[in-house]
Amino acid sequence: MKVPADIREALTALMAEYAMAIDDNRLEDWVELFDEACDYKVVTRENVEQNLPNVLMWCDNKNMLRDRVESYRHVNLYNLHYDRHVLGPLRFVKHEGSAWTFEVSYSLFQTEPEGASRLFSVGKYRIEALVEGDAPRLKSVTVIADTGLVPSLLATPV
Amino acid sequence: MSAEVRWPRNDYSRVPFRLHHDEELYALEMERIFRGPAWSYLCLEAEIPNPGDFRTTWVGDTPVVVSRAKDGTIHAFVNRCSHRGAMIVRELRGNVDRHVCLYHRWCYSTAGELTGLPFRKGLKGEGGMPEDFDLKKESPRRLSVGNCNGMLFGTFQPDKAEPLEKYLGEFGTGMIRRFLNRPIRVLGYSRQLIAGNWKLYAENLRDTYHASLLHEFFVTYGVDRATQKGGVKMDERHRHNMNHAFAATDTQEDAKAAYADTAARLDRMQLRDKKLLAFANEFADGMNLAAPTFFPNALLIQINNSLATRQIRPKGVGAHEVFQTVFGYADDDEAMTRHRLMSVNLVGPAGFVSMEDGEAIEVVQKATRSATDACAVVEMGGRGPLRDLAHRVTETPIRGFWSYWAELMGAEPEGAIR
Repeated sequence: MKVPADIREALTALMAEYAMAIDDNRLEDWVELFDEACDYKVVTRENVEQNLPNVLMWCDNKNMLRDRVESYRHVNLYNLHYDRHVLGPLRFVKHEGSAWTFEVSYSLFQTEPEGASRLFSVGKYRIEALVEGDAPRLKSVTVIADTGLVPSLLATPV
Repeated sequence: MSAEVRWPRNDYSRVPFRLHHDEELYALEMERIFRGPAWSYLCLEAEIPNPGDFRTTWVGDTPVVVSRAKDGTIHAFVNRCSHRGAMIVRELRGNVDRHVCLYHRWCYSTAGELTGLPFRKGLKGEGGMPEDFDLKKESPRRLSVGNCNGMLFGTFQPDKAEPLEKYLGEFGTGMIRRFLNRPIRVLGYSRQLIAGNWKLYAENLRDTYHASLLHEFFVTYGVDRATQKGGVKMDERHRHNMNHAFAATDTQEDAKAAYADTAARLDRMQLRDKKLLAFANEFADGMNLAAPTFFPNALLIQINNSLATRQIRPKGVGAHEVFQTVFGYADDDEAMTRHRLMSVNLVGPAGFVSMEDGEAIEVVQKATRSATDACAVVEMGGRGPLRDLAHRVTETPIRGFWSYWAELMGAEPEGAIR
């Protein structure tokens, strides 16, 4: 699929910020990458392949993302860790008006306070982003995790 | 091997931490509990609706196939080839005419019987199996399967086990009927690997004391607080238990008085999108939280309108998988299915009110490895006899769990309570 260089560049930068915002623990910035009418979902490949709709995490608008982050900040308790995302290149699959759909592979490592790192999750994103105005916005992010066996627990977004 | 456990007290109000770290005890548990007379949860009948359907599962650390045979009967057998021990079925699920081991193509019926093997008579009169080799006698070990309203259980020792109905008791069968009151639809699975002994999870499920303290989301947003009407029930033998609560039976003032630390937050924190906590009362009893737990490896869980079974799969002495099967009902409309999936945000590995369990168990496992002589204190709710309570400030069902564990393990203290 032919993608104009400026679109590819803008969306690559969007994904770099997506990963770094989570890894730098700037989750509030991560939320701001989304459109108000957005959808964020973490599912597993095991369920997708069986056509089963179960989710690990699902926010169907930006307020739910804000609630997730606020709960993480003030209410929930979880494993103390740093996140580190490593993303692959963007593979574009669809384009309708200003909406671009693409897929990206990810590896997500976690490092605990005493410095031990482990592979936490691998999988891919399927993303729809709007490229219009000043900055591109995320319309829909589906995390399809190959790692269905969640190590310990899933607190921070993927 | 003998299971020698030095219990400081006969009422299990002290539990040695060693029980979560001892390799020999772990091996004995697999033998005396999971391959013993206990009934373990296998899977749901709805997952194998058609002849030839199968699912692979685990009973303790034993791989098991649950299969519906051509005649519609349900069978469970050890997923290990009688020949050289390879796993016969490697897929999670499927539909087959027969199961074939990949190594030397030994064949098994959908009822788990060894039915044939290549070159049995040899080639041109040479080689082959001895004349008296009896296929039937060499079939994999079978479990006896019991079906309670669509929830399938298996035991390796049907001669020693109580009948399933009696094992679950009126309490258990009643709760299963409540959850599985009409045809269900499986919505999917989630899995979590917790670096802690499986019994720490079993304890967690019987510990209503922690629920509203560890899981602050419960209290902050009023999903479940100890100030609500609720309680714990156990079966006669105190091995199963149920934590339950009724929606909206306390006031904001009750909660503020009880949870001084979080009181300030109760007014300040509000979800922007409240549909997460929407609860459509769908059971006659009005409970919004019900978690009947069955010894040794299962529970059913309802939090608002999310419904699931969970199966504990021990993975060595220091880890276990929590395998969750999320379901709704076959007659749910699209909006209800969406609502149930939205409610799944509360439960599972990323659940607002369940993620903490993984962490709590892991930090216990970490900190107790070196505590070879120390014990956990289990006195909340009282010492001595085991009984049901009309409140949830208790850990009594934990003592119930240990009493039955010790009985099956042959490790009861002198004058043990049951």
